Amino acid sequence: MTDALLAGELPLPPRPDYLRHGSTIRSWLATTDHKRIAILYAVTITVFFFMGGAAITAVRLELFQPNGWLLTSDTYNKLFSFHGIIMVWFFLVPSIPNTFGNFLLPLMIGAPDVAFPRLNLFSWYLTIAAGAFTVYALVAGGVDTGWTFYTPYSSMFSNTHVFAAAAGVFVVGFASISTGVNFIATTHMLRAPGMTWFRLPLFVWAIYATSLIMVLATPVLAISLLLVIAERVLGLPIFDPARGGDPILFQHLFWFYSHPAVYIMVLPAMGVVSEIIPCFARRRIFGYDFMVYAMLAIAGIGFFVWGHHMFVSGQSALASLVFSFLSFIIAVPSAIKVFNWTASLYRGQISFESPMLYALGFVGLFTTGGLSGLFLASIPIDIHVTDTYFVVAHFHYIMVGGSVSAFFAGLHFWWPKVTGRLYPERWAKFAAILMYAGFNMTFLPQFFAGYLGMPRRYHTYPAEFQIYNVMSSAGAAVLALAYLLPLGYLTWSLFYGGKAARNPWSATGLEWTTSSPPPPKNFDRQPRVDRAPYDYHAEGVSAGTAPPEMQNARETR
Amino acid sequence: MNSLVSLPEASTHAGAVDHIFYLLLALSGTTVILVFGLILLFAVRYRRGSKAKRGPMPEILSREFEIGWTLATLLTFIFLFWWASSADLSSLAAPPHALEIHVVAKQWMWKTQHTNGAREINALHVPLNRPVHLLMSSQDVIHSFFVPAFRVKQDVVPGRDTDIWFQASKRGTFPLLCAEYCGTNHSMMRGKIVVMRQDDYARWLTQQPEGDDLAHEGAKLFVSQGCAGCHAASSNVHAPRLAGLYGRTVQLADGRTVSASDAYIRDSILQPKRDVVAGFEPIMPSFKGLLDDGEIQSLTAYIRSLREEQQND
Repeated sequence: MTDALLAGELPLPPRPDYLRHGSTIRSWLATTDHKRIAILYAVTITVFFFMGGAAITAVRLELFQPNGWLLTSDTYNKLFSFHGIIMVWFFLVPSIPNTFGNFLLPLMIGAPDVAFPRLNLFSWYLTIAAGAFTVYALVAGGVDTGWTFYTPYSSMFSNTHVFAAAAGVFVVGFASISTGVNFIATTHMLRAPGMTWFRLPLFVWAIYATSLIMVLATPVLAISLLLVIAERVLGLPIFDPARGGDPILFQHLFWFYSHPAVYIMVLPAMGVVSEIIPCFARRRIFGYDFMVYAMLAIAGIGFFVWGHHMFVSGQSALASLVFSFLSFIIAVPSAIKVFNWTASLYRGQISFESPMLYALGFVGLFTTGGLSGLFLASIPIDIHVTDTYFVVAHFHYIMVGGSVSAFFAGLHFWWPKVTGRLYPERWAKFAAILMYAGFNMTFLPQFFAGYLGMPRRYHTYPAEFQIYNVMSSAGAAVLALAYLLPLGYLTWSLFYGGKAARNPWSATGLEWTTSSPPPPKNFDRQPRVDRAPYDYHAEGVSAGTAPPEMQNARETR
Repeated sequence: MNSLVSLPEASTHAGAVDHIFYLLLALSGTTVILVFGLILLFAVRYRRGSKAKRGPMPEILSREFEIGWTLATLLTFIFLFWWASSADLSSLAAPPHALEIHVVAKQWMWKTQHTNGAREINALHVPLNRPVHLLMSSQDVIHSFFVPAFRVKQDVVPGRDTDIWFQASKRGTFPLLCAEYCGTNHSMMRGKIVVMRQDDYARWLTQQPEGDDLAHEGAKLFVSQGCAGCHAASSNVHAPRLAGLYGRTVQLADGRTVSASDAYIRDSILQPKRDVVAGFEPIMPSFKGLLDDGEIQSLTAYIRSLREEQQND
């Protein structure tokens, strides 16, 4: 047999891929193909990403001056609230799970679709309905509670469109839950013959762990928002202390969801880089089983650390101690993952295409963000820096430096598979480096400003913090450019990019054994799996440069 | 004022916080250098096509490494937890003879009141080298009392009293900020803390406009709101006597015991049916909506002063 035959490039009967399988509007809006739904999600979250980005651009522009020169305080408050609500629930939470998760989960486990294809489409419509509520809240005049909806401000004092915004978040929560249920069922029921649990790619494990959190935590978000609406609209005494309510109750409910939600946002990112680093280092991932256990540990312990958001709320000292301890403990599995990614580079054959640059950027920024988390787990330090820009910098390092970098890593890595096109690599590398630089320019100064005592959500601020805000705003301009670049060259590649082969990166994984873009039911033949993932070289040796296609070819036979 | 990279340590507590901060900074810096260094080293040494040694992997590179760095990380983190928490616990309770000052937060200002009744708005004068205990409540939404130079912060919550204490160790004026988002003018809810020498503070205090001190105000309220009708020593109604109550352990009708703290007194005024004292009928009406937070603080101060009178007897 020739190499091409071995590599799986067999002459197949011509059949349309999933993109050309139907071209009417209806064939898209009524599709149950997980790949098309992934595209619907991708378009949706891209729109939301740039909406949230536009809001924060105005905020950063305003913060050039310490005393406000462009916006009123109310407008400022509405802009940062809109930014937070959109970015958390309409970009970060659905970003990787609903686009790459949807597209890749069935492909990676060798299934023709997800377990409940129609539920999958329904969840997209829920997202659209929820987005309509939230955008309505903005158009109608905005909401000014911050993304945290703290009571009694949100339930009794704010005169803005809290109901519409909370209803939007409430509804998008159900989109999350149905996606989670779908992915859990898919992973359990639809794995190809031979695809045992410990042969699953780490991305699948990450999506699985994320789905568990979505299903278990999101209902609590729904409850807490429903209670806010009940008090605000129906006047039920729930959080109003004058009528026997407790405003702190809301914080417990809210963070019981919103801390695990951090892991909803970052676990999929960990999954993405766990696919990319082995591919470009040509190495098996170091400590596969430890990586799996670490993700499950993060998903589990993540439910028991919410109180570290409340060290200054007046909760008991004992509660603070317990939450502080557990917050340190949950940092251990994250540290293990960083060490394992680093160790996976040892004796590799490393090349630096754009997905790898983004992935290495992720490891660096996630490490920095994670270490700043240790400061926040220490009670005396947290008391000083909580609700300051230190916290803002910390969670942007995790969510933007981490999750968004990984999102772009995955976008470039799987772009040829999803679209069948190649993008201009030089531009992509440039954007990756620019994004890393712009990110650090924006958020590194905020650690300093926060430690020196600049509170978050401040429209005007003491003049001594201006230097940090100017640095931050200048960095944000660079970052905005870095986010716009891929929009340009990736769109360009859809029309003018070269055709992608089925496996342009010589990667392992079932998704690379089918054509690019894949056919509607994913595989022409039922895949069979007889080996662990990341089989870039024989066990016990270091990286070779031979592509793994040979093995893939055997698998698809 | 701040320099660009350092913040004054103006309380006895600030130094301890900064020590933990610097340790964490050193540890994080080391980890960052280690991780970034290794990634750079591997990226250069094992770039595709380089001549660096590959071949069979050394035997030990597996489980032992994994278990080793898991344990090392775990132990480091447990040590950090222990160190940070012990510093926190040692500064948890205010010293018994701290100067008590009342703080009321409202959209968007800080109101402070000294023991002799002197009031300030968006400012607080405190003496140097003397523990100051702030008893705080909010009239509307949640605020947060934040003095960066002291490294202290505490949410001020409607419907409950929170407290915080510090001992200023540097003279000067330091910013006071609201750190919990509280609506439109959240960022304007700022004030200043003025730390003075103790004799200066005493002089400053006497120069303030005469205001009734809190306990006297409370005594007036005690009569005007009708409390005295039942709780005064001369009353015929069967109601608990309040002299000497503060700080005592109270036996409740349902068998529980509570300590008569500020929070207990506040709850008993607002929700008298919740903690009924053993041996009494639950006949007291609630004063919810009739008293604002400042008035409750005054009444509490009056009841506290009853303890002091008795001790003088």
